[in-house]
Amino acid sequence: MKRKTAYMGLFLALALICGYVEMLIPIPLGIPGVKLGLTNIVVLIMLYSIGVKEAFAISVLRILLSGFLFGNAFSILYSLSGGILSFAVMLLLKKSGRLGCISVSTAGGIFHNIGQLGMAVLIVGNTAVLYYCPVLLVSGALTGLLIGVLAQEIILRIGDRIRF
Amino acid sequence: MHKRLQKNDVLFLSATALLLAAVLAAMLLFRGKSGKQVVITVDREVFGTYPLSQDNVVRIDTGTSVNELTIENGTAKMTEADCPDKLCMHQKAISRERETIVCLPNKIVVTVTGGGDSSLDAIVN
Repeated sequence: MKRKTAYMGLFLALALICGYVEMLIPIPLGIPGVKLGLTNIVVLIMLYSIGVKEAFAISVLRILLSGFLFGNAFSILYSLSGGILSFAVMLLLKKSGRLGCISVSTAGGIFHNIGQLGMAVLIVGNTAVLYYCPVLLVSGALTGLLIGVLAQEIILRIGDRIRF
Repeated sequence: MHKRLQKNDVLFLSATALLLAAVLAAMLLFRGKSGKQVVITVDREVFGTYPLSQDNVVRIDTGTSVNELTIENGTAKMTEADCPDKLCMHQKAISRERETIVCLPNKIVVTVTGGGDSSLDAIVN
């Protein structure tokens, strides 16, 4: 139990740092919401090496913490809708057992942006926001793919050493 | 997870890539013509409509926040915002129909339209 608490703290700190580093790397596409999705590395590692509950907890806690630290109520809402939808899709695809880490992460990236865009439509109450959709889908897929490759390499190398 | 990329993954990723390429191609094909005006909506209500042909600085005072939209040389750009993230100010200048600038915290949407009332209704819905 003590070991688990320490591990969870470590992963939460790691996810928080990834989110912070990501904010320092702007992607100048002229469109809001295009991000690397570095924190998804941590979520993927946890999903594959530890467990669903733990991965979900870290994902949500990370969003709440970085929202309170660097963002505002709105950024928490957007991040949560993206984070939870992407987590659900990744979990389903992983459970299907047919697809590997890279595909799971790519789908996660796409659905993260779909979730955020959906929340934006709800909040702004205007479908003009959907104008961004194509670019956000493609950027989500590309960053998801990269993150998936990275996460897979990490999981293959140290995944079996992470044990509670 | 012994093999890094299995046959299913290759299939899935190629299908996704094709789909996204089609979406992007459609976006480029159906890109709007140069627009005539911008419609500003604040929290679902139309705030105002301004012609792109006329240089202008629009102060969007919503009561709780102030943004500033600058219209210059037929393009519109958000030049001031009092929200914390300033994402709208980093969005590129818009000039073609359906191009949009959004300020999420202040619920401001700026969209380029062609000019007719019908297209305006379709976009504001």
